[in-house]
Amino acid sequence: MEVKQLKSGVWTESVNVRDFVFNNITPYHGTHDFLVGPSERTQRLWEICKEATQEERQNNGVRSVDTETISTVSAFEAGYIDKENEVIVGLQTDELLKRTMKPFGGFKVVQKALSEQGLEPNKSLTNLFSKYVKTHNDGVFDAYTSEIKKFRSLGFLTGLPDNYARGRIIGDYRRVALYGINFLIESKKADLENITGPMSDAVIRLREEVAEQIKALKEMIELGAKYDLDLARPAQNAQEAVQWTYMAYLAAVKSQDGAAMSLGNVSTFLDIFIEKDLEEGLITEVEAQEYIDQFVMKLRMVRHLRMGAYDEIFAGDPTWVTEAIGGMLADGRSKVTKTSFRFLNTLYNLGPSPEPNITILWSESLPQNFKDYCAKVSIDTSSIQFENDNLMRENRGSDDYGIACCVSYQELGKSIQFFGARTNLAKTLLLALNGGRCEFTGQQVVDGIPEYTDEYLDFDKVMANFKIAMKEVARVYNDSMNIIHYMHDKYYYEKAQMALIDTNPSINLAYGIAGLSIVADSLSAIKHAKVKPIRNEEGLTVDFKIEGEFPCYGNDDDRVDLLARQAVADFNNELKQLPVYKNAEPTMSVLTITSNVSYGKKTGATPDGRAHGIPFAPGANPMHGRDKNGAIASLNSVSKIDYKDSLDGISNTFSIVPKSLGSSEQDRIDNLATTLDGYFSRNAQHLNVNVLNKETLLDAMENPGEYPQLTIRVSGYAVNFVRLTKEQQMEVITRSFHESM
Amino acid sequence: MLNINNCHIKNLDNTLRVHSIESFGTHDGPGIRMVVFLQGCKLKCLYCHNPDTIQTSGGTEYQIEELVGMALKMKPYFGKKGGVTVSGGEPLLQSKELVPFFKRLKEEGIHTNIDTNGRVLNHFTKELLDEYADLVMLDIKHMTEDGYEFLTGMRNKETTFTFAKHREASGKAMWLRYVLIPDITNKPELLHAMGQYFKDYKTIEKIEIQPYHKLGIHKWETLGWEYQLKDARENTEEEINAASEILKNYFKEVKIN
Ligand code: SF4
Repeated sequence: MEVKQLKSGVWTESVNVRDFVFNNITPYHGTHDFLVGPSERTQRLWEICKEATQEERQNNGVRSVDTETISTVSAFEAGYIDKENEVIVGLQTDELLKRTMKPFGGFKVVQKALSEQGLEPNKSLTNLFSKYVKTHNDGVFDAYTSEIKKFRSLGFLTGLPDNYARGRIIGDYRRVALYGINFLIESKKADLENITGPMSDAVIRLREEVAEQIKALKEMIELGAKYDLDLARPAQNAQEAVQWTYMAYLAAVKSQDGAAMSLGNVSTFLDIFIEKDLEEGLITEVEAQEYIDQFVMKLRMVRHLRMGAYDEIFAGDPTWVTEAIGGMLADGRSKVTKTSFRFLNTLYNLGPSPEPNITILWSESLPQNFKDYCAKVSIDTSSIQFENDNLMRENRGSDDYGIACCVSYQELGKSIQFFGARTNLAKTLLLALNGGRCEFTGQQVVDGIPEYTDEYLDFDKVMANFKIAMKEVARVYNDSMNIIHYMHDKYYYEKAQMALIDTNPSINLAYGIAGLSIVADSLSAIKHAKVKPIRNEEGLTVDFKIEGEFPCYGNDDDRVDLLARQAVADFNNELKQLPVYKNAEPTMSVLTITSNVSYGKKTGATPDGRAHGIPFAPGANPMHGRDKNGAIASLNSVSKIDYKDSLDGISNTFSIVPKSLGSSEQDRIDNLATTLDGYFSRNAQHLNVNVLNKETLLDAMENPGEYPQLTIRVSGYAVNFVRLTKEQQMEVITRSFHESM
Repeated sequence: MLNINNCHIKNLDNTLRVHSIESFGTHDGPGIRMVVFLQGCKLKCLYCHNPDTIQTSGGTEYQIEELVGMALKMKPYFGKKGGVTVSGGEPLLQSKELVPFFKRLKEEGIHTNIDTNGRVLNHFTKELLDEYADLVMLDIKHMTEDGYEFLTGMRNKETTFTFAKHREASGKAMWLRYVLIPDITNKPELLHAMGQYFKDYKTIEKIEIQPYHKLGIHKWETLGWEYQLKDARENTEEEINAASEILKNYFKEVKIN
């Protein structure tokens, strides 16, 4: 790239985007007054997109599917929304919203997804995949033990990426813009030269991986050529920087359909190019905003082919194009730039939207004007989420990170994470009360837990049993993960993303738990009240009678909050003992996505008084309606879970009616910003904020056509409310909406 | 337990008689506040939103230290503006106990605020006004003696004005609050009268208009009391704006709450 006006550094010699940003950033402390509305071109394009998405909704959620081609980086000819109005080009296929087959995760899943649309794949492909080509899914099931299969089918391990792509890996898409692909190829080639013997499994594998990455880079050049873009060289101006970055991301979503495919942290990087062009008088604010609006519009149009069952765990057809905005640099400067504002402004220019999943890296030290603007956008759109930048930067070590999927820290270009789905901790607790048997089927799941025969549950005995259950579940969970990630690397390696990450990066395996609040309240009931299990003739618990009162998680009461904290620490400790594939570091999150509804169905009655079928609370939230001491007490309870025990994130969703946040717009902005400062000062990690009236949601259920863009935050991401199932909508509505008296 | 003649609710030592506590108060003073609604009031305003706080019996006794502990847990959320508000009922009926409570809050660096009808001006109240209350929100019920009696059931609104004078003399911040009811308090001449009366006060930072609404009615019914304002209607947007325009002639800031 032209380095004349840019400050050089390590980045000029070797691939290091962070160093480029660090040396060239222009932090912005002003207000949002400079922002402009959408250009006419942008508006025309967005009208077409809105119509297309409406057709998609009317057509059972899918507008069209290609059944002929396997989607790869360079598959499909160039596609446009309306070519003459596009300043940022590129679609996954030759047509807007057309979904494609990416069968290497699992061919049967593709077949199922197509058959739900009344379609089937091209005959020769079916022939190939049934006879000659093996997929990730095939590999995993070849290696799965019967024990893993049992844990999976009974619902102890859920949502495992064994028949869909694992996602979560964030390519450093900025590299293509800063260096051009030729430079990246040369650098990977040099790495490959240096990976030498003795030829252990790991070394051979790495050599093969880097060779694959180089092929993917070459394919990216081809992809660019289809749009007349020369990606081999660095971007020369702001428009190209946005375009090149998008092309790199496009390569990823053309070749992979991971559950979550985050974008990273591109706004501040792009700002450097935009500032330069503005300074040189090459563009005005109108073009600057236009690039970002059109980039974001493209990100909103990313689609993957999913089967219906997928909706249970990831409702609303999310793609998790998570973009992290803000945060502080290690030297105390803020990473907020004008382009941080421009990204947020897309929520006005194009209206609210779940994607890209905009995540504010919040620090008390962020410029007040930016904090206020974020609060305003959150109040107006309920589309953004907040994470604690100080906590993550200080504990994890880098100031250049993105958010993988919903809430997880991932250093850009230097590290990756393996997605671990989650285990059902509430169901694990029931194993402790049922002699290690599944509470529904009576099948023996875990050995070594004595049958529980006392009339009342004794806290110490239950805890001893629970620990055995956790240890066993962790062991099987770890086994499944090692198989899954081994096979994913083997059959569905993310070569395009990995090509934009340092060779041999550090890895963490992101395990997860669901049902935390149920476990905490159950243990609290057992400890502070008298709990009598009701058992069926097989001796399995079907219900619990509670005598007396007990404190519930969500009321800032240490008697129960510390039980929640301890459960997280205990399970994390079990996981930490177990060796992971590729020497990944085990980490954990408390997160449910939207599967909290289906967990409810798959978990029998629990000792906290929750009946079978009642949905779990999302993420680390207190159970619905049990946080009776108001918003702050609820937030304080969640903040007690130690981030060090749950390094992949602790998701909390906070819903409040607008009026309760204050009587004027300025008050609401001040109060939300102050709430975030307060919550994060207590070392809490994540907060989804919804500022909505229940009536609006009820009305949207009745009249979905009138609310096409109504967005609501769920655990770690956002969805179009009208795309949730009725059941999921009801669950959202029954949550605690904090309201003043 | 109750000593009506002293206009003061007798408590156990170091306790306050609390009706309820709001942990995320955003309508009773600046910023996010813990609002402690105290039990008991000597008035019976026709529009009272919390009629269940009027009776001087009832409520729950809280140790002052317990309340301070709760405030400390919320302190991270108070930010630069928020803090603790005591409201009611009429909080100053417990002014003696409020002195040590506010003293403790000040020791902890927490902003303090009293939401009052200004009818209690004893020696404890004066201590609060002069020293421990960072803010006083004074409720102006009506500018005429008859109007005051009609609304509150009591005469002698002058106590409110004496109270205001005392706060003004302390030099510390004060807000006025005014419930706006069409035809009863929302009349130009009354608004001008209020403006004229207070226009030279230096401590008044703003006046908050609280447009009348009927949300409290069901509480009156629960208590078996007759709600006498049934026929009053809510203000239109224009009526609120017109009132606000008049008040802007006299006050630095007019806020609709
Ligand atoms: S002064 Fe306040 S609490 Fe007392 S009756 Fe009037 S409105 Fe109700």
